[in-house]
Amino acid sequence: MTDASPTSAEAPVPGEALVSLEDVSKYYGNIRALEGVSLEAHAGEVTCVLGDNGAGKSTLIKIIAGLHQHDAGTFRIEGEEVRLTKPREALDRGIATVYQDLAVVPLMPVWRNFFLGSEPTKGAGPFKRMDVEFMRRTTREELLRMGIDLRDVDQPIGTLSGGERQCVAIARAVYFGAKVLVLDEPTAALGVKQSGVVLKYVAAARDAGLGVVLITHNPHHAYLVGDRFVLLKRGTMAGSFLKADIELDELTRQMAGGSELEELSHELERAPEPLHLGGEPTDKA
Amino acid sequence: MTTATVDERLLRTSLWRKLLARPELGAVMGAVAVFIFFSFAADSFLRMSSLSTVLYAASTLGIMAVPVALLMIGGEFDLSAGVLVTSSALASSMISYQLTANVWVGVFVSLLVTLAIGIFNGFMLTRTKLPSFIVTLGTFLMLTGLNLGLTKAISGTVQTKSIADMEGFSSARKVFASEISLGGVNFKITILWWLALVAFATWILLRTRWGNWIFAVGGNGDAARAVGVPVTKTRIGLYMAVAFGAWISGQHLLFSFSRVQSGEGVGNELIYIVAAVIGGCLITGGYGSAIGSAFGALIFGMVSKGIVFAEWNADWYKFFLGAMLLLATLLNHWVRKRAEATK
Repeated sequence: MTDASPTSAEAPVPGEALVSLEDVSKYYGNIRALEGVSLEAHAGEVTCVLGDNGAGKSTLIKIIAGLHQHDAGTFRIEGEEVRLTKPREALDRGIATVYQDLAVVPLMPVWRNFFLGSEPTKGAGPFKRMDVEFMRRTTREELLRMGIDLRDVDQPIGTLSGGERQCVAIARAVYFGAKVLVLDEPTAALGVKQSGVVLKYVAAARDAGLGVVLITHNPHHAYLVGDRFVLLKRGTMAGSFLKADIELDELTRQMAGGSELEELSHELERAPEPLHLGGEPTDKA
Repeated sequence: MTTATVDERLLRTSLWRKLLARPELGAVMGAVAVFIFFSFAADSFLRMSSLSTVLYAASTLGIMAVPVALLMIGGEFDLSAGVLVTSSALASSMISYQLTANVWVGVFVSLLVTLAIGIFNGFMLTRTKLPSFIVTLGTFLMLTGLNLGLTKAISGTVQTKSIADMEGFSSARKVFASEISLGGVNFKITILWWLALVAFATWILLRTRWGNWIFAVGGNGDAARAVGVPVTKTRIGLYMAVAFGAWISGQHLLFSFSRVQSGEGVGNELIYIVAAVIGGCLITGGYGSAIGSAFGALIFGMVSKGIVFAEWNADWYKFFLGAMLLLATLLNHWVRKRAEATK
């Protein structure tokens, strides 16, 4: 994917967002899950959505992925206003979502997972069948391109590590020509090294010209790859920044709740050890 | 990791891994063990005529065990499968008799009725999102009542009138309940139906997109939906497959005896499920095979007839099957743990 040429009539306006949300809200009955949230995802950029548990990150992702519909505001894909009713629609419009917990079917072989929902077929009529050879070979090649050398594409995907499974899901999205990649907490359950591997693929997807929406509660991971940052707090926007406008320290502070964190640090300060436990009042203060 | 070490590891573990990765493994070993056991325990077990009897018993069960296995791989149950067979036979018989039509009319209307019940099961399940255990338990009870109630209301007794002298009976009997002579021994045609269904289901499971979707829907329905698999259609399709199996079984029942006992079929649904589980299907879905269900059914056939050939008390039949079920489930559980070990 290259930058749109200004002379081409059909090309999107340079700088136009692949996905843009404006003042989007979502209610579950009388519960406000999301209110007035705006974000943009551009080709070749990573938009990070940061927030604590319950901040509305999952709701946001589900709206973009077509699992839920928004109740207010506008949702545009490449400038066109949409209201997605099922995940298939999002996929058909080039939005691929990789979920933290439901990215794959653990008991199924890697190659079946890779092509799930978009299986290539050959033959016609009653003899229409999956092109198994092509599926196996392509899975192996695509994973190798991402640096995963699988012993056996027939092994159940549940036997791969968490990071590898995320990478399979990302490789799948890239292979199927996604324009926008939405990643739900890809590093949440991973160790430091595995997280690094996943972030490398996030960067690779970005460099391949995809717009990436990265949902995370880890500002350090976000700052490493992110170009735009959207902070969510209790379902509302707590801030929106470009990378140039914010430092990691400030992002971390905002993310952690700023003053709330200071309060917490006071609460957690070591109290003087009580005398009846053998503490010496003069030692600790 | 270099390529050489990768290849070396692959070679060393390949055969063992491949064997272990087969869901049928337990059922095949079980079938061989049961076969050897009865070969010694009953002198008449190894005769061709005995083989024919065993295969017949296995086939009547196996025809239903195949779609029930697919459904279980898709993560659901159908407790109404046993009585649905009777419903299908009753529908066919009563429609032909009441309309005094060619029995083929009844046979085809029965197909529509049976498939409609399957669609109802699937629709209720996907719409209400209740567990299939509850939904199909409801259908099971309703069908049990309907079978008895309607039959009594129409025929006055608990069995239907014989349709043996009606037009089309003999040709329908050829299709659903005839015998084929092979080397002087008669084999029931249900064995052919059974083998055809096993082959077809295996093809669907392993080589078509539908098969991929069945595994995915049972293994992780939410993930499947998220990547665009038509989860609802797949589930409803599976219930229709069970209904189709019930239709074949029901027609066999009808054309073997020309009349149908309306109270039959209760309890068979569990035997289908047991055959599927012995055949390697995980009760939680996402794993299993149609061939496995065939071996599960074969074990049933060998045990039920083997006990007769050995002239034992038939009470031991159920004990034996219960033990097989537990063993098979333990084996499956172990396989699943292995597959998800590093999750």
